[in-house]
Amino acid sequence: MWSSERFRNIVYQIALLSLVGALIGYAAYNLVHNLESRAIAIGFSYLGQEAGFDVSEKLIDYEPTHSYARAFVVGLLNTLFVSAVAIVAASVLGLVVGIGRLSPNWLLRKLAGAYVESVRNVPLILQLLLWYGVLTELLPPVAEAIVLGSAFLSQRGISLPWPTPHAGWWAALLGLFLAVLFAFLWARAVRRRRERAGRAPAVLWPSLAAGVVLPLAGWAVFGAPSELSTPAMTGFGFEGGKTVSPEFIALFLGLSVYTAAFIAEIVRGGILSVSRGQSDAAEALGLSRGQRLRLVILPQALRVMIPPLTSQYLNLTKNSSLAVAIGYPDLVSISNTTLNQTGQAIEAITLMMAVYLAVSLAISGLMNWYNHRVRLVER
Amino acid sequence: MHPPATAHRPFAARSLDWLRENLFSTPANALITLITLALLLWAGSSFVSWAVLHAVWGRADVATCNALFGQGACWAVIADKWRHMLFGIYPQGEQWRSALAVVIFCAIIVLSAMRAFWHVWRLLALWLSGSLLCAWLLAGGFALTPVPTALWGGLPITLMLAVFGTLFAFPLGILLALGRRSALPIVRAASIVYIELVRGVPLITVLFMASIMFALFLPEGVSFDKLLRAQVAIVLFNAAYIAEIVRAGLQALPRGQYEAADALGLGYWQTQLLVILPQALKITIPAQVNSFIDNFKDTSLVIIVSIFDFLYAVRQAVISDLDWRHYFVEGYLFAMAVYWLFCYAMSHYSQWLEKHLSRDHRL
Repeated sequence: MWSSERFRNIVYQIALLSLVGALIGYAAYNLVHNLESRAIAIGFSYLGQEAGFDVSEKLIDYEPTHSYARAFVVGLLNTLFVSAVAIVAASVLGLVVGIGRLSPNWLLRKLAGAYVESVRNVPLILQLLLWYGVLTELLPPVAEAIVLGSAFLSQRGISLPWPTPHAGWWAALLGLFLAVLFAFLWARAVRRRRERAGRAPAVLWPSLAAGVVLPLAGWAVFGAPSELSTPAMTGFGFEGGKTVSPEFIALFLGLSVYTAAFIAEIVRGGILSVSRGQSDAAEALGLSRGQRLRLVILPQALRVMIPPLTSQYLNLTKNSSLAVAIGYPDLVSISNTTLNQTGQAIEAITLMMAVYLAVSLAISGLMNWYNHRVRLVER
Repeated sequence: MHPPATAHRPFAARSLDWLRENLFSTPANALITLITLALLLWAGSSFVSWAVLHAVWGRADVATCNALFGQGACWAVIADKWRHMLFGIYPQGEQWRSALAVVIFCAIIVLSAMRAFWHVWRLLALWLSGSLLCAWLLAGGFALTPVPTALWGGLPITLMLAVFGTLFAFPLGILLALGRRSALPIVRAASIVYIELVRGVPLITVLFMASIMFALFLPEGVSFDKLLRAQVAIVLFNAAYIAEIVRAGLQALPRGQYEAADALGLGYWQTQLLVILPQALKITIPAQVNSFIDNFKDTSLVIIVSIFDFLYAVRQAVISDLDWRHYFVEGYLFAMAVYWLFCYAMSHYSQWLEKHLSRDHRL
């Protein structure tokens, strides 16, 4: 029987399964025993308890009297928010630097190269600590804040004038959202028409017009509010306006500057992967350098760029967990506080890992879908 | 045949040609050049004035630095604290051992870059003997004064986490890669779950798991050293990434190699060890170097679970001293320079290797 490969394979797999099972069983046994002797109850019921700690930055309403579950959501939203903003900034900066690395201008090329080489060879956490140190120690204290118009720059971050809540502002935001929706649908309709009739109306101008008119209309219809809350110096900080904390700025700058260096290399590789004939053909059609890049090279380069870009976006999101080193209340930092207060280490860490896993899968799913859409359709 | 006309032209004229072609080819290009030049001059001159011209060099007391605060860099902080920055709180009299360990770790890295060592047994012998020697130097025993791991710190720890983190992750990564391509469904599923699970979460969460959660899974009274736990976490984390690189190498091999091995009557392990892996691993060398660089940079995350690595030592040396704490920028710049030197050298080596290997048909 042993000479049958099928039989051997089944035996090997049963052996592996029992080994893994035994390890898990042993760990679980120890775990239950340890938790019993420390009088910690297993389970997620702690999530319903009052958290009791405050969070300095939150996108939704949160008080110390709220539950641990809500604190966790606050942390998750902070992680998602800073990642989303940094992904956009890193992509833009990376695109600019990547194109700069292939510029015909020698100086620009070298400068872009120096940026990439100096940024990506230093650990991100060190860059974050430096940004944070500079923002909190070297900027002037609140009383001597640098005044930029009606904004202030100090150790407490940037304080900006901000609209006071009013239905008109929300209507404007809704208008902007509708404009984006319109632009999207309009572009699709135009593309269909071009494919059918050969010529079609412009996309850019109507979309831009909608982007200006719709928010303005919403703003005007709901009372045209003009009241801005301007920051005013008080003893310890600023009152009114919107204050962006140094923790957020440092994390945002660190993540975008670091990831941009990697994205620049992806952009460069993508552009170089488009064959020279494409660029020559576009030049023969009389397109300018900018048009060649925008209409011919980049759309083709994008196909090559998407898979590595996906892993950079994933890296950025995972790297946002370094927030805990500079005190930005992200998912890790809030989970850490929670597990220190409740002792529910297993649950808190498992929950945190599960959420990161879910976010990673969601991002790669989204990018795979996009990759599928822009793939080359061959005859 | 006449040589090209440019060869006869004087140097000045050729330089002008170069300038015209590379910096002032079009009006837009000229504008970009001027703007970039202005920015560079402004940033460069303020940096040089701060870092060189008005800086305090060599040993000096805090008062000298404070007098120039904001105008000039205080490199005196590094002259004063470099031992703490490099070796942490390792006993002063024994720090030569830390220094020697750093030298040996660097030697391991440099020697592995040489082609003469590109042989499984030579590499294994080099890494194992070097690592054991370093472990002995740091830990002591056998004629050296024992030093508990709680006192280890600085650059040797960073290098140790990176070198051990690769050495032990490598066999595990190969096994996982083979497992992921295995015909046995349970082995394949287990490998996929492990690899994707680890790659989906940040290293910090794995370090947290090792430093906080791990103790709960062990029988009461049994505990591992904190440094060892972080090291194990790094090994387990790296293994998933190495597995994906090895898998790419395995996929790049043509089917014929497997079929040829089959025809020779080799079994599974003989096929893998004698035919497939030697070829697949060679293809992945540049990717492995890049992964080692990432790993080297990532070791700095251990400061979050309070492991005394190089970054932790630099930070502690400056921040914990009330007199010097304003000069953290100089301290961080020093740390950046050290990390940069290692990573830049390795990444250039990897680029050179990639070019070299793609031309070399024997590989």
